[in-house]
Amino acid sequence: MESFLPGPVQNPLMISPHMSDGQGYNSSIPGLYAHQTPTKGSPHPSSGLYNYSGSQNVSPLSNYQGPGQTLNRPPMGPVSMVPLQQGSLPQMPPPSQTSAAVSTSAGSVLPGANLPALSNWQYGQALVSQPTTGSQENHFAHIAGTTSTQPLSSSGNTNPPTSYQYVASPGGPPVQNSYMKPPLGPPPTGCPTSARPFATPAGLPISSAPPHLLNSAMKQEGTTQSPPVPPNSKMGRSVGYSYPTLPPGYQNTSSPGAPGMQSPSLQCTGGPQPFPQPAFGTNHLAASMGGLSLQPEGLRTINLLQERNILPPAPLQAPVPNLHEDIQKLNCNPELFRCTLTNIPQTQALLNKAKLPLGLLLHPFKDLSQLPVVTSSTIVRCRSCRTYINPFVSFLDQRRWKCNLCYRVNDVPEEFMYNPVTRVYGEPHKRPEVQNATIEFMAPSEYMVSYLQLTWFITFDSTIHFYSLQEGLSQPQMLIVSDIEDVFIPMPENLLVNLNENKELIQDLLRTLPQMFTKSLETQSALGPALQAAFKLMSPTGGRITVFQTQLPSVGVGALKSREEPNQKASAKDIHLTPSTDFYKKLALDCSGQQVAVDLFLLSGQYSDLASLGCISRYSAGSVYYYQSYHHRHNPVLVEKLQKELKRYLTRKIGFEAVMRIRCTKGLSIHTFHGNFFVRSTDLLSLPNINPDAGYAVQMSVEESLTDMQVVSFQSALLYTSSKGERRIRVHTMCLPVVTTLNDVYLGADVHAITGLLANMAVDRSVSASLSDARDALVNAVIDSLSAYRASVLSIQQPGLMAPYSLRLFPLHVLALLKQKAFQTGTNTRLDERIFTMCQVKNQPLVYLMLMTHPNLYRVDNLTDEGALNIGDRKIPQPPILQLSVEKLSRDGAYLMDAGSVMLMWIGKNCGHNFISQVLGVPSYASVPQNMTHLAELDTAESVRTIAFISWLREQRPFFPILYIIRDESSLKSSFLQNMIEDRTESALSYYEFLLHIQQQVNK
Amino acid sequence: MAFTFAAFCYMLSLVLCAALIFFAIWHIIAFDELRTDFKSPIDQCNPVHARERLRNIERICFLLRKLVLPEYSIHSLFCIMFLCAQEWLTLGLNVPLLFYHFWRYFHCPADSPELAYDPPAVMNADTLSYCQKEAWCKLAFYLLSFFYYLYCMIYTLVSS
Repeated sequence: MESFLPGPVQNPLMISPHMSDGQGYNSSIPGLYAHQTPTKGSPHPSSGLYNYSGSQNVSPLSNYQGPGQTLNRPPMGPVSMVPLQQGSLPQMPPPSQTSAAVSTSAGSVLPGANLPALSNWQYGQALVSQPTTGSQENHFAHIAGTTSTQPLSSSGNTNPPTSYQYVASPGGPPVQNSYMKPPLGPPPTGCPTSARPFATPAGLPISSAPPHLLNSAMKQEGTTQSPPVPPNSKMGRSVGYSYPTLPPGYQNTSSPGAPGMQSPSLQCTGGPQPFPQPAFGTNHLAASMGGLSLQPEGLRTINLLQERNILPPAPLQAPVPNLHEDIQKLNCNPELFRCTLTNIPQTQALLNKAKLPLGLLLHPFKDLSQLPVVTSSTIVRCRSCRTYINPFVSFLDQRRWKCNLCYRVNDVPEEFMYNPVTRVYGEPHKRPEVQNATIEFMAPSEYMVSYLQLTWFITFDSTIHFYSLQEGLSQPQMLIVSDIEDVFIPMPENLLVNLNENKELIQDLLRTLPQMFTKSLETQSALGPALQAAFKLMSPTGGRITVFQTQLPSVGVGALKSREEPNQKASAKDIHLTPSTDFYKKLALDCSGQQVAVDLFLLSGQYSDLASLGCISRYSAGSVYYYQSYHHRHNPVLVEKLQKELKRYLTRKIGFEAVMRIRCTKGLSIHTFHGNFFVRSTDLLSLPNINPDAGYAVQMSVEESLTDMQVVSFQSALLYTSSKGERRIRVHTMCLPVVTTLNDVYLGADVHAITGLLANMAVDRSVSASLSDARDALVNAVIDSLSAYRASVLSIQQPGLMAPYSLRLFPLHVLALLKQKAFQTGTNTRLDERIFTMCQVKNQPLVYLMLMTHPNLYRVDNLTDEGALNIGDRKIPQPPILQLSVEKLSRDGAYLMDAGSVMLMWIGKNCGHNFISQVLGVPSYASVPQNMTHLAELDTAESVRTIAFISWLREQRPFFPILYIIRDESSLKSSFLQNMIEDRTESALSYYEFLLHIQQQVNK
Repeated sequence: MAFTFAAFCYMLSLVLCAALIFFAIWHIIAFDELRTDFKSPIDQCNPVHARERLRNIERICFLLRKLVLPEYSIHSLFCIMFLCAQEWLTLGLNVPLLFYHFWRYFHCPADSPELAYDPPAVMNADTLSYCQKEAWCKLAFYLLSFFYYLYCMIYTLVSS
């Protein structure tokens, strides 16, 4: 049974606003807005819906599109967040009309099977009723909404600030969710002919689009994107549509042509009509995505050699898949789930031609401010492929749905017929499962396992020390085991204790631990035996082992020898990237089998062979933290970093005994996974622990050609046990269009995702072959894709290095990868550091990986409140991102380089006195301390701004970037300059040289 | 009719070839087992099953590793025998596989051959399908050579 909390909402209430809405939309859009804003505060279901969905809904501002119908009206969401729109807008339509609309819609829902077909008609009709200007208004609303929601979204309890535009705009306040009723009813203004199909479905195919498509079609009123489909064509095919191939200018101007489609009969008989289609489509896209790569500009080809300022001043957003708008709005947030190619090539041959990697990047367990949780005894899944029901399935009629992954037709269980949100029976397509691309299912209570939260401590040098924290002891008792060849565990029952019951003893132990070994002269480390002991202790229960290691393990099993040659001038050949022993790997697999994850904190000044040690975390799904040259007294900054990150580590969410499975539409197949896990069967990842800071990547291939498919879907399902002992399943579903031409493939390329996936592949390559191989492969990836583009897409051979707009940053990012610690050559990168960076490449979510690869540079001496974000009562300035070139630096400025895990603030020699005194708090440039790592909070506007900006940057990530303030003489200046990716270094090419090199290869 | 050294070689290789066929079949089954977890998806997610499955994978990989050397050495033995028996044609047919085996053995992805077929590396759909294909090809090759050896054995026995 559903355990949704009934919201305060009344159904009639819920429907009526929506309906009035649908109506308002048709008659006049502004009416809608006026209506919206009041709803937010009104006794509307806003919270109601979200209550049902359980614990995680922190705020009304959702990352997630609420149940989709709402999404039909993009302006709605943003509008309700944008106060400025309220005043000027007309009144909402009269209620009488509303109720009328309700009844129609109800009527229209029941016929069921026929519904989908309607959309065509609806859409034709919509055009009639929707003046062009209306849609234009939409766009404005959209933009306004987006920009102004950004600030909101970045406040702590709402969306992460990095949220993509597309997220921000559709993600409306929960109010939206109350509008669960899809605007099925023909709008009152609609002409009767177009409404007719509702009643007379004959001749319309049953292989129809899911009902929400319907709604989407409704939406098209303003923005006709898919060509009118003749009644006998498959409805499902209208889901995606091809890119307009016309030059942007033309498309925009062609929009007035839409009225030509007014007559419904024309619609039906006309067959695919490419011309009117692009009109609104692109127009809308352009408006709603402002600045994204799919805007009309996306069709452009760029000569990279002539494009000096190629880096956009704002962070690059993920491209929006070229899907029907309403499907797109239901689509998964690109931060959680994204694909390297947002247009999936139809065949492997096409993919091979494009020379771009096809893969997915996932951040499945990301902390979400808002997540619908469904507690239901029946979790509806496809009977053959076990796919969870999702927004992209199609309902053939009320009782049957067709899986979008394997195309099997399944029955809708009785229980699913009832929609707990609207409390209406017979609307399975409006259930939250079908309205949210990201959703969490809670397994019924009988699957719950009760967990004891046990804690234990082991320390080790050449012997292993166990600590008995038995109740009744006045102080912890140390038990020393010196036989490290065959470790036995003394009094296991006293070692594992409940954290809450024995808090005092544990605190006592933690207090005394640092003093206990200060006089020890022991320098050996028996990590292997200690891990074995820990594994023995943990294996009955599973859980997490946290290892703090400060040196190379030297005795017992798993002892390692130093393999680093001093002053290794990375002769790319023989660096030891592979483990020297498989002890850690084997142990990790044992751990994985017993559901134990091992997290490694490496606090080491000298070489510790992370390549071997890292295996323990890699295969047990743990995480690795590395603090180079950590010293508790001499390096206080690192101590602070460790402190902050350890705190995050201990307090973040955790899932136990997790498995993740990624399914994709028949025809696609996943072949390689990247990340920390063990693959248990080819599509099942075993994750003893899952944490919110872990990212994964997979590579895919097209096994059978995807002919007859308009869209493909991907679903990741993560089953885990929460710390409360609940068995939960978090499901993300993403839907992407299939394309047949190379040009479209390039158009949909997601350069960040591609770079991320390539980085992952390059790590594998460096380990299996060599670093230089991996570097060559990276460069070749650019050369191959650009020459393929040149050869097969460009009709006119122009001089220069031509790249599609979507890939304009590709060479830059690859160059950044080549200069990144993991792959760079010629500099003195310490082996452990290099391997740690490789671990990060594998395990970091894409956002942080990109930041690590290509840092953001901001000028911070002239921060203003213009365009600032408002978070709570704080104002966060948003300086533009500068290109990473010394050319962009000026001596009279101060610059902040945000490289993910470290921040460098460079103060120019002639930096304004104002900044130095008001922000740094020192009288002059000369008195800036050599190793300054903190900004004092001064009582000046500049200081407040700078500190707000820096702390805002820090809050966005799970690790703690140290801030180094450097000036010309500082030793860290070299690392600042090393991050200047576009510049030449002693061993690496500058961006321009790199481009020339590529051009040379491409034009060969 | 004479019992020559060549005839002896063929007889011996006939017997050993049967063993190799058996190996190849076993490989095919093993890779299939690795590829798919035959448990139902619900069971697959069960932590208890996870343990069994993992143990199973490790056992299979262990056996795979154990079989590498015997297989390669049996095949090298063929080549040596045919070399000694001066059966140039047969030797020529076997040499490509011999080189392939050498390459496989010494060109292991990891540091030591010990790590060939180590569970994390082998549990990759790409690797698995490669191994699977390899096993099928070898099966075909061994089967053909079985009959070829049979023919040659009879031929040498009869002709000389």
